[in-house]
Amino acid sequence: MWSRERGRLKPLRCGVEELRCRRREREAALRKARREQQLVSKRLLRDEALEEAEEGCVAVIFGEAEIQQFLRLAQRGTEEKEREGALVSLRRGLQRPETQQTFIRLEGSIRTLVGLLTSNRALLQLEAARCLHELSHSEQSAVVEACLPATSYLLTYLSGHSSDFISPHLTVLEALGYALSQLLQAKEAPEKIIPSVLGSTLPQHMLQLLQPGPKLNLGVAVEFAWCLHYIICSQVNNALLITQGALSTLGLLLLDLAGAVQRTEDAGLELLACPVLRGLSNLLTEAAAEAVGRQLQLRDERVVAALFILLQFLLQKQPSLLPEGLWLLNNLTANSPSFCTSLLSLDLIEPLLHLLSVSNVVSVLVLTVLCNVAEKGPAYCQRLWPGPLLSSLLDTLAFSDTEVVGQSLELLQLLFLYQPGAAQAFLQQSGLQALQRHEEVAQLQDRVHALQQIALHG
Amino acid sequence: MQLPPALHARLAGAPGSAEPLPVERNPAAGTAPFRFAPRLVRFPREHDFFEDGDVQRHLYLQDVLTQVGGAPERPRVPEFTCQVAGCCQAFGALDDYEHHYHALHGNVCSFCERAFPSGRLLDAHILEWHDSLFQILAERQDMYQCLVEGCTEKFRTSRDRKEHLVMRHLYPVDFRFDKPRKSRGPAMPGAAEQVLAETLGDDGVPSEGDAMEVCSEHVEPPPEPAGERRAYSHRCLTRI
Repeated sequence: MWSRERGRLKPLRCGVEELRCRRREREAALRKARREQQLVSKRLLRDEALEEAEEGCVAVIFGEAEIQQFLRLAQRGTEEKEREGALVSLRRGLQRPETQQTFIRLEGSIRTLVGLLTSNRALLQLEAARCLHELSHSEQSAVVEACLPATSYLLTYLSGHSSDFISPHLTVLEALGYALSQLLQAKEAPEKIIPSVLGSTLPQHMLQLLQPGPKLNLGVAVEFAWCLHYIICSQVNNALLITQGALSTLGLLLLDLAGAVQRTEDAGLELLACPVLRGLSNLLTEAAAEAVGRQLQLRDERVVAALFILLQFLLQKQPSLLPEGLWLLNNLTANSPSFCTSLLSLDLIEPLLHLLSVSNVVSVLVLTVLCNVAEKGPAYCQRLWPGPLLSSLLDTLAFSDTEVVGQSLELLQLLFLYQPGAAQAFLQQSGLQALQRHEEVAQLQDRVHALQQIALHG
Repeated sequence: MQLPPALHARLAGAPGSAEPLPVERNPAAGTAPFRFAPRLVRFPREHDFFEDGDVQRHLYLQDVLTQVGGAPERPRVPEFTCQVAGCCQAFGALDDYEHHYHALHGNVCSFCERAFPSGRLLDAHILEWHDSLFQILAERQDMYQCLVEGCTEKFRTSRDRKEHLVMRHLYPVDFRFDKPRKSRGPAMPGAAEQVLAETLGDDGVPSEGDAMEVCSEHVEPPPEPAGERRAYSHRCLTRI
């Protein structure tokens, strides 16, 4: 449903420039919605889609009798077309909240839908998945919660057949993952939905579906990776997820992604990269991660190699995701002499410095990672020096952004402290002048003066 | 952003890491007016940091949703029928046929000709219904295995197993794996449709055939040495 149609172009009713303009408007609207904490509102997702897809088709409100009739027809109709048609009508009706309410209150309705989802008729499965899809869009928590047990069961059923997957199964899985990701974004999710998800076997099945290998399907993985991200960042019980292998799975997936990125031009990979980066970064902050970190997995420097390959990919395809990648790099290096050493031994400092020109946010993160390395002492600073680091720092000192400059000053202090000759070289490269322009800035002046003193008097 | 050429090789190489360089901190590092200390950073749900990624995700979903409204365009072929003996289902698209074949002819019990959604379930069925040794053992120990792949629980009776499926794996309460079938018969398109979850209408009449049900009597397998029981699994080779 998703992946198959991704490549299909809608007939262009307007020029390319207008499309770009519309996309910018949509983006602006989404940003605004997110800031107002409305982005989880599924109505926002739906309204635009609705206008375009349903032109002229007004969704009627269905009562109990009609819904029952559609379900009966779908289950027992003799003609395939008739059965499919019944589900299509039902699905359209389910766009209305009133119909959704009636549906979930009707006894056996969800069960019937589940039966159709697991039937052996591909077209019925797909239409039933679309019905579930509609329900998962609901603004009403009762509707959304009514879907949750069905989702669990379906996931259990579908992932229990992981060795037998054929395409309608995958499509249904993807739809399920999407529906679940909607559920998990609800306002009540952290209190009501996520605890019951964590108490079920859902997380194990999700992780199963994220295992790299020949059976990994991108569309399915994207949806469940986002589900995992929503669960993790809600911070309900991440320790449990770690015991179930979430860190290990996400780490392996990261390696797999980096491999995929090298092999193909597939534009979809950043859709998976984002939730994986987020999940890993947040999980690394858990105390439980410490214990797991003793496993080879987390000391594996291939993780660092993979991350840089992804950073390079993101720089091309989606620079707005660079901060997320660098966030992970920070969490990997902050308390890890091992990963800091890997950065040095794999020659990754120079590529890192290259990112300094992208944006202020990115620059601050790059400098923070460099500080993570430098603060570990002379052995580390020695490997940072000489090289392009000094001239990069002189460049960043010319930035007007206070945070960027502030982080540069922190790095300079560490270098002056641990690397003999650094202060000297700094002076020779007109470092003092570079510092001077910030002498009057409130957040910077104390550090500027301190550095001036150190540079001049040692 | 130029990456060192050896990096790609490193990714493809063995797991492991270099010996970490010795850490040696000076207490003056990061002291006032400086303040750097390495810190793990965590972002909660609504944090602004996620704005860009969230917006991209929603743009992608919006694009996808505008396509969900229409019916999928699938390659259609001239109509053909299933070639399995006794089955006369007709198809107009290859993936429908693939799905049909897999669901109805892929995992068929050679004793009672019932079809199962997967090899695993077929195996469980054969074991529980066509294996006399199973019945003997079941009198003394827990033999009914959970149907969910990866779950190693075993139960004394099939009812206990069902309860486990419902409670632990959230299967529907009216799910059936072992109720006797109403009528026996070869695999015919209408009667042989198997759905995992039985879908009862409001009047209790079962629809769509019954879920993974089995013969009302145990069928004795032909006598064979116990050790070779698994060697040929009694699966149906499709008779074409």
